[in-house]
Amino acid sequence: MTEPDYLNSAYTLRSWFFTTDHKRIAILYFATLIGFFFIGGAAATAIRIELATPQADLVSSDTYNRLFTMHGVIMVWFFLIPSIPNTLGNFIVPLMIGARDLAFPRLNLMSWYLFIAGGSVTLFAILAGGIDTGWTFYTPFSTLYSNSYVIVAVTGIFIAGFSSILTGLNFIATVHRLRAPGLTWYRLPLFIWSLYATSVILVLATPVLAITLVLLATERFLGVGIFDPRIGGDPLLFQHLFWFYSHPAVYIMILPGMGVVNELISCFSRKPVFGYKFVAWASLAIAAVGFLVWGHHMFVSGQSLLASLVFSFMSFIVAVPSAIKVFNWTATLHKGSLRFDAPMLYALAFLGLFTIGGLTGLFLACLAFDVHATDTYFVVAHFHYIMVGGMVTAYFGGLHYWWPKITGRLYSEYWARTAAVLIFFGFNLTFFPQFVLGAEGMPRRYHVYPPEFQVWNVLSSGGATILAAAYLLPMFYLGYSLFFGRRAPANPWDAPGLEWQTPSPPPEFNFESQPVVTRAPYQYGPDFAAEPQNA
Amino acid sequence: MPKGRAFAPQYASVQHRDETAEIGMWVFLATEVLLFGGLLFAYFVYRHANPAAFAEAGRHTRIVIGTANTAILLTSSFFVACAVNALQADARRTCIAMLVSAMLLGLLFLGLKAAEYAGEYHEHLVPGVDFSYVAPLADGVELFFIFYFVATSIHAVHMVIGIAVLATLAVLLRRSASTRMRAALHSAALYWHFVDVVWIVLFALIYLPGRSGT
Repeated sequence: MTEPDYLNSAYTLRSWFFTTDHKRIAILYFATLIGFFFIGGAAATAIRIELATPQADLVSSDTYNRLFTMHGVIMVWFFLIPSIPNTLGNFIVPLMIGARDLAFPRLNLMSWYLFIAGGSVTLFAILAGGIDTGWTFYTPFSTLYSNSYVIVAVTGIFIAGFSSILTGLNFIATVHRLRAPGLTWYRLPLFIWSLYATSVILVLATPVLAITLVLLATERFLGVGIFDPRIGGDPLLFQHLFWFYSHPAVYIMILPGMGVVNELISCFSRKPVFGYKFVAWASLAIAAVGFLVWGHHMFVSGQSLLASLVFSFMSFIVAVPSAIKVFNWTATLHKGSLRFDAPMLYALAFLGLFTIGGLTGLFLACLAFDVHATDTYFVVAHFHYIMVGGMVTAYFGGLHYWWPKITGRLYSEYWARTAAVLIFFGFNLTFFPQFVLGAEGMPRRYHVYPPEFQVWNVLSSGGATILAAAYLLPMFYLGYSLFFGRRAPANPWDAPGLEWQTPSPPPEFNFESQPVVTRAPYQYGPDFAAEPQNA
Repeated sequence: MPKGRAFAPQYASVQHRDETAEIGMWVFLATEVLLFGGLLFAYFVYRHANPAAFAEAGRHTRIVIGTANTAILLTSSFFVACAVNALQADARRTCIAMLVSAMLLGLLFLGLKAAEYAGEYHEHLVPGVDFSYVAPLADGVELFFIFYFVATSIHAVHMVIGIAVLATLAVLLRRSASTRMRAALHSAALYWHFVDVVWIVLFALIYLPGRSGT
C-alpha cells in the first residue's frame, strides 16, 4: 500500500488505453482474450450439443459449417496464438530479464490496437452471417463457391497478423538488447528461450500467411483465378502457402506453453531443469525444423509421393526436440522435492496430455496411417490434445503461477486444485473418445453420423460439459481473489527468478534498481535465500 | 521513472536505444522478405508451369518505363544514403534537400508506374477488370499479369509509406536534429533501400522474361 505499483499509479481510462507499460498492455490482452475464449468456446458448446445425437436437431448443415469455422478461426488466431506470448509473455518477459519495459513499448500498444481492429473485423464477419469455409480457407471453395463473408474475415486475420509480427519483433529486440547485466544467454530462464523461438516463427511465418490471404482476397474480389485450375492456377499452391504458415503456427501455439512448463516443473520440484542447454536449443530446433514439415497436412491432397516421404520423415525429426523436452522434464521431477500446488497440477496435466498429443502426432506422420485417418476425428483429437491439453493447460498453469505477481493477490488453493483436476478429467473425457471415433472412421466437419458412433459422441459431449464448467471455475475464484484474496508477498513460491525479486504487483518500472545476475537460473535450494540476486 | 532523461527508462543510454531500434528494423525487414518471398514463390511455381506464356507476357511489359523506374529508384536510394551522411555531419539543410529529392524521385516512380498501368488497361491486360487475350496462351498470360499487378501494387504501397516516412522526417528535421532523428533516419533509410532491392528483383521477373534470348 505504501509504494505505488503499476495498478494504482493511475486510474483513468486514458492511463489504460494509452499506456505503454508492458504490464498494463498484458492486462488489456488478458481481458480481450477472455472475450475471444468465450466466443470460441460458445461455438464449441453448440457443436458438442449438436453432436450428442446422430441426427441434425439443433442446427442445419450450413449453420454447422459456420459454427466450426467460427470456433477454429477465433480459437486459432484470436486466442491460442496470442494467448501466452501477449499476456504472460508481455507481463513476465521484461521482469524475467531485469528490464524496465519491452524494447518498443508504443509498438506493443499498437499491436494490441491492431489485434482489436482485426478481431472486430472478424467478429463483424461472424455476426453478419459467418464463414463456412473452415479455418483453413481452402480454395477454390473459399474463392469461387462460398457465399459467406470470406473477404471480411480474411481482412481481420490479415490485420491481426501484423499484431503478431509486432509482438515477435518486440520480443526479439528485447531479448537481444535488454537483458540485465550478467544475464547471459545460458542464464536466461527457459521461458525466454521458448518465447524467443516463438517470436522467430511469428516474424518469419506470419508474413507468408498475409500474402496468401492477399492472393485469396484478390482472387475472390476480382474473380480472377490465381488458385483456380480452370485458368491454369493450382489449388495445391494455396495449401502449400497456407500450411507454410499454419504448421509453424502450431509451434507458435505450443512453444510458449512448453516455456511455462519449464518454470513450473522446476519451481515445484525445487530443482534446476535437467539438461538446460538441450531444452533451450530444442526450442530453436522446433522453430527451425517446424518450417520444413508443412506437407504432412497434404498427404492426400495430390502432392508427389517423394514430397510426402520427405515431409513424413521431417515430421518424425521434429518430434525429437519435443521428446527431449518431455524426457528432461521427467528427469527434472526425478528425486525432486515435489510440491503439488495448483500450477504444478497444471504442469503435470500438460506433461501427460502433451505426450499423448505428441505420440498420436507420430501416428499421423506415418503415410499409411495418415491416409486412413485424414479428416477424421483422430486428427481433431490429436491437435486438441496439443492445443487445448497442452497449450491451454500450460496457459492456466502459468496464469496461476504468476497470478500473485500480476495482481498482488493469492487465490484459493483448494479451488485452484479442484479446477486443475476437473480440467484434466473433463479434457480426457471430451477428447479421448474422439481418437476412437476417428480410428473407426468418423469424419470431421459433419453434424450427422451413423448411430453406432453415438456412445463415443455422448461421452465426448458429457466431457465437454465438465470441461466447460472447469474452465469457468477460475473466473470465480480468481475474480474473488482480486477483491478479497490475501495480499501476495513478493515471492510466494520461493523462486529465484528475477520476476520474484520485485514487489507484487511490481512498481511501474519493475525494479527499484537495476538487477545484476551472477548465476544460472533455477538455483533452488537451501543456499538460495542467502544470496539475493537483486544486487 | 527518472525525470528529464532523453530516452525511455528501459534503455541504459541513447546509444543503447538507437542500436535496439536498428535491430528492430532489421527484424522487420526479415518479415518483409518473407512477405514478398511467398509471392515470388507462387510466381516461380506458375512460371515453371507456363514458361512460354510467361515469356510472351513479359514481352508485353514496358521495358523502357521499367528500366527508367529502376534508374529512378536507385538514384533515390543514393540520395537517401547521402541524407544519412549529411545528418551525421550535422548538415541539416543538405540532409533535408536530399530527402526531398528522394521523395520527388519516389513520386516520379509512382507516376510512371501509373502511366504503365494505364497502358496495360488500354491493351486489355488487367485481369479481373478488363482482360482479353488471344488463346492459346491466354491462361498463363493472365496468371502473369495477376502477379504483375499484385506484386507491383504491394510494392507501390511500400513506396507510398516510404515517401510518407521521408516527408515526416524532413518536416521534423527542420525543427531539430536530435540523435533520435539520426536513428530514425537510419531506420527509414534501411527501409527505403529494402524497397529498392525488392524492385530490382521484380524488374528481373517482370520485364526480362521473353527478352533474354528465349
